[in-house]
Amino acid sequence: MRIQVEGARCQAYGLCVEHAPAAFQLDDWGYATAADDGLVTAPDVPGVEKAIAECPAQAIRRIDSD
Amino acid sequence: MKTIEARPTTRAVRLRRWPAGTGDSLLRERPESLADYRASWRPDIGFPALEQLADLCDRVGLRGRGGAGFPLATKLRAVGMRARAAGVAPVVVANGDEGEPASAKDRYLLRYRPHLVLDGLTIAAHALEAQRAVVYLADDELAAAVRGRLGGLDGPVPNVVLAPGRYVAGEETAAVRMISEGVPKPTAKPPRPHERGVDGRPTLVANVETLAHLARAVRLGPDVIAAAGTTDEPGVTLLTVVPDVGEACLVEVPFGVRLSELLRFLGVGTEPAPAAVLTGGFFGGFLPRSRWDVPIGHTSMRAADAALGCGSILVIRDGCPVDVAHELLDYFAEENARQCGVCINGTRAMADALGRVAAHQAEVEDPDRLRRWSETLPGRGDCALLDAACRIVSTLFAHTDGALQRHLDQPCATCARGHERRPRTRFAVGLARPSEGER
Ligand SMILES: Cc1cc2nc3c(=O)[nH]c(=O)nc-3n(C[C@H](O)[C@H](O)[C@H](O)COP(=O)(O)O)c2cc1C
Ligand code: SF4
Ligand code: SF4
Repeated sequence: MRIQVEGARCQAYGLCVEHAPAAFQLDDWGYATAADDGLVTAPDVPGVEKAIAECPAQAIRRIDSD
Repeated sequence: MKTIEARPTTRAVRLRRWPAGTGDSLLRERPESLADYRASWRPDIGFPALEQLADLCDRVGLRGRGGAGFPLATKLRAVGMRARAAGVAPVVVANGDEGEPASAKDRYLLRYRPHLVLDGLTIAAHALEAQRAVVYLADDELAAAVRGRLGGLDGPVPNVVLAPGRYVAGEETAAVRMISEGVPKPTAKPPRPHERGVDGRPTLVANVETLAHLARAVRLGPDVIAAAGTTDEPGVTLLTVVPDVGEACLVEVPFGVRLSELLRFLGVGTEPAPAAVLTGGFFGGFLPRSRWDVPIGHTSMRAADAALGCGSILVIRDGCPVDVAHELLDYFAEENARQCGVCINGTRAMADALGRVAAHQAEVEDPDRLRRWSETLPGRGDCALLDAACRIVSTLFAHTDGALQRHLDQPCATCARGHERRPRTRFAVGLARPSEGER
């Protein structure tokens, strides 16, 4: 699974790191980016799926399927 | 009389040509008419099919002149493949936005070689079987001039779309979005324009100079192109060389000329020796002194960990690298698309920290913060502007002989002297007013 946080959408809510701390990194201003070039390891997949579903800005998307 | 300048308060560039080995020149004293273009070139050659055209681009090593230096052949093939797979006609776009303040080549070509550029666009349209072509530019008087040149084209008549004249508007997804829906802001990738571009169709976005070289390759043939330049990178290229003070030049050079030789030729390489040189305009970062003799070219410069980018070269003779870095970061902080929180905050934070360093008022954390931001923020925005901003900071650390550290140790007289930035940067250039009778 590969994901991306769209910079223009992310609103720095920080929910994603709560669901999958290893899969996201926040910068000094709280905006998220996908860790490890967006590659999600198997144990993180459920948390990331939750983050995708619950991100209030719908800023996280899968980029391996399109 | 009207002026065609996009930025009336900027310095006008002077035209120069490298004294040897340029062969057929791109430069003209006055705007070329369709009759002149047709007379001196060979339109009888017609329009090559896609594979033939892509092979020709490979043969002459044609790389994009808009910034990324990407091979045109690869892009042509990718657009062709996507369009065929989707069963739709693709779109071709000539990107003449030229948002880079320190560049004037695209406006020059659109003004003085319009038929060469339009022929390149038409050649691409034919090969891709495109039904829509667009010329995208940022200057309404230039737009009017180009509209007056659209007669007699042997292909889809291009729309001329006017961009709002901001730095990011020339980024390819911003161009696509502006043309499709009137919003000149980048979108997240994927999809790239070759996948989903104007009106959702696979789209070739090519820089104006790239298309001019495409037309030359087709009309003159690869042997004429290869008579200039190196075996690895045949041909010539246009550079805009902008010193912080003095004369800015638009110069045609064969690939392979050493940068230091060129600067000497233009009279900006010695006395005083430049304090710093940046290649790739606002995008490429500081070039270490040990590499100023790098041969000009996309691959040769990449091998030297530098970038030719859009062919803009900044030469700092009078100013200080720290002050210049501050100015460029401030420019990015003002000119970003205000979309990505990380870019809005990151460019502003780096600009402010550099401003404090320049003023000898740095906070203790500033050097570490600057270094960390320049290393961790690249790749986080939706377009490469934030990456460019970070490159200026990281190369300021790495390649300016400790300039930043010296500002921490003691006040810098050059930075303290200050200077006028008009309108927002001292590096902005434009074309001279057309002389009487040129229109
Ligand atoms: C922030 C930003 C601004 C850009 N501005 C321009 C521009 O003004 N003109 C241009 O041709 N390319 C510009 N580019 C590069 C385009 O995205 C694209 O790569 C280029 O137009 C492709 O043409 P080429 O392959 O012929 O170089 C810009 C890129 C970025 C990241
Ligand atoms: S949850 Fe969404 S909006 Fe919030 S930080 Fe993560 S990606 Fe950004
Ligand atoms: S990275 Fe900056 S310039 Fe690029 S889209 Fe995001 S806000 Fe705009």
